[in-house]
Amino acid sequence: MADAIIRADNLTRKFGDFTAVDHISFEVQEGEIFGFLGANGAGKTTAMRMLTGLLIPTSGDAEVAGFDVYSEHEQIKKQIGYMSQRFSLYEDLTVQENIRLYGGIYGLSNKEIRQKSGALLETLGMQEMSKKKIGALPLGWKQKLAFSVALLHNPKIVFLDEPTGGVDPITRRQFWEQIYKVAEEGTTVFVTTHYMDEAEYCNRVSIMVDGRIDALGSPAGLKQRYRADSIEEVFVQLARGAQRGD
Amino acid sequence: MQSFKGFIIKEFKQIIRDKRTLIVLFGMPVIQMLVFGFAIRNEVENIKVMILDHSHDEVTREIVHKLDASNYFQVKGELQHYGQIEELFKEGGIDEVIVFDTHFARKLERGEQPAVMIVTDASNPNLAQLIQQYTSAIITDYRQDIAVSEVPIQGVVPKISMMFNPQLESVNLFVPGLIAVILMLICALMTSISITREKEMGNMEILLVSPLKPHQIIIGKVLPYLALSFINVVTILLLADWVFGVPFRGSYVFFLIESCLFIFCALALGVFISTKANNQQTAMMVSLAGLLLPTVLLSGFIFPISSMPVILQVISNVIPARWFLVIVRSIMLKGAGLIHVWQETLILAGMTLFFIGLSIRNFKVRLE
Repeated sequence: MADAIIRADNLTRKFGDFTAVDHISFEVQEGEIFGFLGANGAGKTTAMRMLTGLLIPTSGDAEVAGFDVYSEHEQIKKQIGYMSQRFSLYEDLTVQENIRLYGGIYGLSNKEIRQKSGALLETLGMQEMSKKKIGALPLGWKQKLAFSVALLHNPKIVFLDEPTGGVDPITRRQFWEQIYKVAEEGTTVFVTTHYMDEAEYCNRVSIMVDGRIDALGSPAGLKQRYRADSIEEVFVQLARGAQRGD
Repeated sequence: MQSFKGFIIKEFKQIIRDKRTLIVLFGMPVIQMLVFGFAIRNEVENIKVMILDHSHDEVTREIVHKLDASNYFQVKGELQHYGQIEELFKEGGIDEVIVFDTHFARKLERGEQPAVMIVTDASNPNLAQLIQQYTSAIITDYRQDIAVSEVPIQGVVPKISMMFNPQLESVNLFVPGLIAVILMLICALMTSISITREKEMGNMEILLVSPLKPHQIIIGKVLPYLALSFINVVTILLLADWVFGVPFRGSYVFFLIESCLFIFCALALGVFISTKANNQQTAMMVSLAGLLLPTVLLSGFIFPISSMPVILQVISNVIPARWFLVIVRSIMLKGAGLIHVWQETLILAGMTLFFIGLSIRNFKVRLE
């Protein structure tokens, strides 16, 4: 496994007595769509926050894009894009202004921003909406736009924290088409979700239970190993033993 | 730097687009200024007086006439006997009863001290006290007038000179206090709300994951409010001058520098609150109860610190507005410079540094 772009080794995070993430180890290959599954409270978001530099791990090691999460999170930030489960564009700014703002924050020049936002709006078919405020757009559009904005600076890895929460099935499908497209272009996609059908779209998935990774492999491989018809069945088998939950 | 500039521009745009914020930012200072300036006054006019005169001689008549002639008093009539007083006050409509001793003029001639009793309705203690002071002033004044021509007056009579605010205009006192309140409100309340809004909407996470440094985020959030508060300070000063004719005896430059110091202090408090509060409601409640109320009540803005209970006096020491108020009053009314208010300035600067340090530390804690 030569070109692992994310490497976690016994990564652990405790909040007081509570171990949110318990010695997880995994690798994500470049260009892969890596599904990070788990029930609510299993520790997905905490793990992702450690990888994006929002949280310092309690123990263990992790590298993202070749940089250490303890000492080099400033470098990591330049290499990654991030979209959180809560919507993250500014509702009271227009589409165009949001693109400008995030382009600026990631250090793109005015010229680059102009080129990129033109191309972006064209691909999304949103040219006519560029002067509209984000608040006035339907949720599906917002999600797609937020995803594109997270990719504005050509990050090596994009972290998506439950990007399709609360979105209708058709928009979800379109969203995954977008994910496939950027993965084909070479961007690594690290996505958390609790929609098990989405897990089937990933190259590999890991399933977290109670802060540990209980299973890791391709969807087909996991189904075979657990003699299940779908990832959902695999998940239910694993989650049955969970102590935490909703 | 480029990214930082974009971030500040965005903040300005958001403020300008939010109508409610704009009203609070610019409407409130003007409204507060006018309300405080016109409605809340410590001077009294048209005090309604009844007289109970046991002598009916030329001296008492002259004093009553003198009272009636002044702007402050309106003599409503005469009472016949003492028992009527309480009933009169219960009915309301009368603010004061003045009772003259028997044989007033004769006692005065003999060099005795005839008694004047001032009865006021102390259910409004401030008003009652003012009425008493005004009445005694007029009577003392009368005694001095006759003393020149006739008998020298007995005892010690203080001669009072009110410096810096001789008309005792309450507007002159309210303006400095109002500047403190408005700056506290805008800087602390608005910044804490705007930062917690980023948290609530999930934008803060994105900002923290971006290459923007934490201090850039804080400064970017705070800078627009610094600029706007500055505009407000100038607005208040102009209003004070044009509408109320409040004097400004000190240096404008020095005043603006001191205001900046106080603004920084308030901004740091706002950031500190936002590091602790998780949503806008909490931030607002904490700012209002924890900052605005003490600024209004304990800073000496409305109630003099020296007449507070000792505990409150001690507490008032940790309220930045208390020190700022001394500074502003000194500059505006006395024309003081740094030599006169360096201690207060030092305390304020110390507090500012402390709160900035505290908020930076807390902001980082959330990050890591």
